[in-house]
Amino acid sequence: MIVVFGIGFWAGLALKIGIMAAIVPVVALPIIFAELKLSAHMQHRIGPYFAGGKFGWAQPLADGLKFFQKEDLVPDSADKVVYKIAPYLVLAAALAVFVVIPFGPDLIGRDLDLGIFFALAISSVSTIGILIAGWSSGNKYSLIGGLRAAAQLIAYELPLFLAVVGVVIQAETMSMIGIIDAQQTYEVFGLFAIPYIIPQFVGFVIFFIAALAELSRTPFDMPIAESELVMGYLTEYSGFRFAVFFIGEYIGIFTMSAIMATLWMGGYDPLFFDLASLSDVAANVIGPLVLFGKVAILVFLMIWMRWTFPRFREDQLQDLAWKWLIPIGLMNIAVTAIFKVVL
Amino acid sequence: MTTRSVIPGLAKGMWITLKTLFKRVPTVQYPLEKEIPVPRARGVIALDVEACTVCMLCARECPDWCIYIEGHKEEQPPSKPGGRPRTRATLDRFDIDYALCMYCGICVEVCPFDALFWSPEFEYSEYGISEMLHDKERLTDWLATVPDPPSLES
Repeated sequence: MIVVFGIGFWAGLALKIGIMAAIVPVVALPIIFAELKLSAHMQHRIGPYFAGGKFGWAQPLADGLKFFQKEDLVPDSADKVVYKIAPYLVLAAALAVFVVIPFGPDLIGRDLDLGIFFALAISSVSTIGILIAGWSSGNKYSLIGGLRAAAQLIAYELPLFLAVVGVVIQAETMSMIGIIDAQQTYEVFGLFAIPYIIPQFVGFVIFFIAALAELSRTPFDMPIAESELVMGYLTEYSGFRFAVFFIGEYIGIFTMSAIMATLWMGGYDPLFFDLASLSDVAANVIGPLVLFGKVAILVFLMIWMRWTFPRFREDQLQDLAWKWLIPIGLMNIAVTAIFKVVL
Repeated sequence: MTTRSVIPGLAKGMWITLKTLFKRVPTVQYPLEKEIPVPRARGVIALDVEACTVCMLCARECPDWCIYIEGHKEEQPPSKPGGRPRTRATLDRFDIDYALCMYCGICVEVCPFDALFWSPEFEYSEYGISEMLHDKERLTDWLATVPDPPSLES
């Protein structure tokens, strides 16, 4: 996207880094604030109230600044180097997904041919970050949390990928832009263009559940089950490194929601309205807003579920993945492929 | 895991949190906005010195022994010339130790001359336990906060 400005490589790189650095607070802080406020009202509380004057809007900011003041503790028994790297690995994996998220017709880091494959592959790297965080902390709770995370994330990566395969078969491409274009031109029985959430609804549900598990959000937060494992793999982390984990988690929520919005809900394309009829600039302004709107719906759904459902048991978690989501995902692929050939 | 019973249960839970989300939150941000207690709240006991006859009934009935009363008798001139001089009990000390008081209200109930009243005021916490002892003047000050008695039933 940025190449458009006709500036040199290094200046362009600096600009890209600047934009990425700006995206972190722009994306993570509102989600954190929404989480605080929505959870509070769902529990009949007010939630943040004083920070920033009105509605406590500065609460996530204040929390972030507080983390900067805290001491960066490294336990004696920890594997120092690995322990220090782990949070950045998680954050880097979450941020790398932004490369292929299309915010507008021209606002995309790089429209890779393997777009969705890249996104899912690179987001799996955060599993390694979580596992080494649990292992290197030198704490039994961290280790149990890390192992639980590994078991859970590996189990749920399969349904995550299987759900995407259905969309890929239907769109005949893995490029994110290609999938959005396919949804614009997709017509069922030649009637009207509909996003894939209708024909691929099963895939969407599977992906949503698996994404919740990938992000270790409640119903699936066994890795950091605070009532059993203190904070799981986060137990020993404090200060800035904890904040990095925290931000990585919320960036992950955004990227997963953005992937869902792109694959199933038409991405930056406002439904029932042709973006191509507008000028280039207008399309690239409206596109991100539409995407953020769709992401907001999905994020709300995730927060809503988090504060409604209790945690699964470890065996129920594995049951759901292996006995339900994966078989249904495979059937979804088969059915999609048959319809693709027949219709 | 029977799917038939799972889905409605999940939907029900989601519906409850959604309903709660849009309900008005009853929280009162106390130091900023003050909750108005009910008129008959047992906040603090007020004393009407003029009505007190130093009969000591309240001090004796108090289960915590938190009321301290001292008084003396004053000679009044006889109402008619040549009559017997009258005596009148005067209150020297009337202290209630709110560090001991358990807000049972027996003193208010038992007072035969309506000298004690409940007031709904509750903001009289102190840094030291000895300051919880309210003397006669302080108790009289509370009298201004006593709400009017409820109207009689017809």
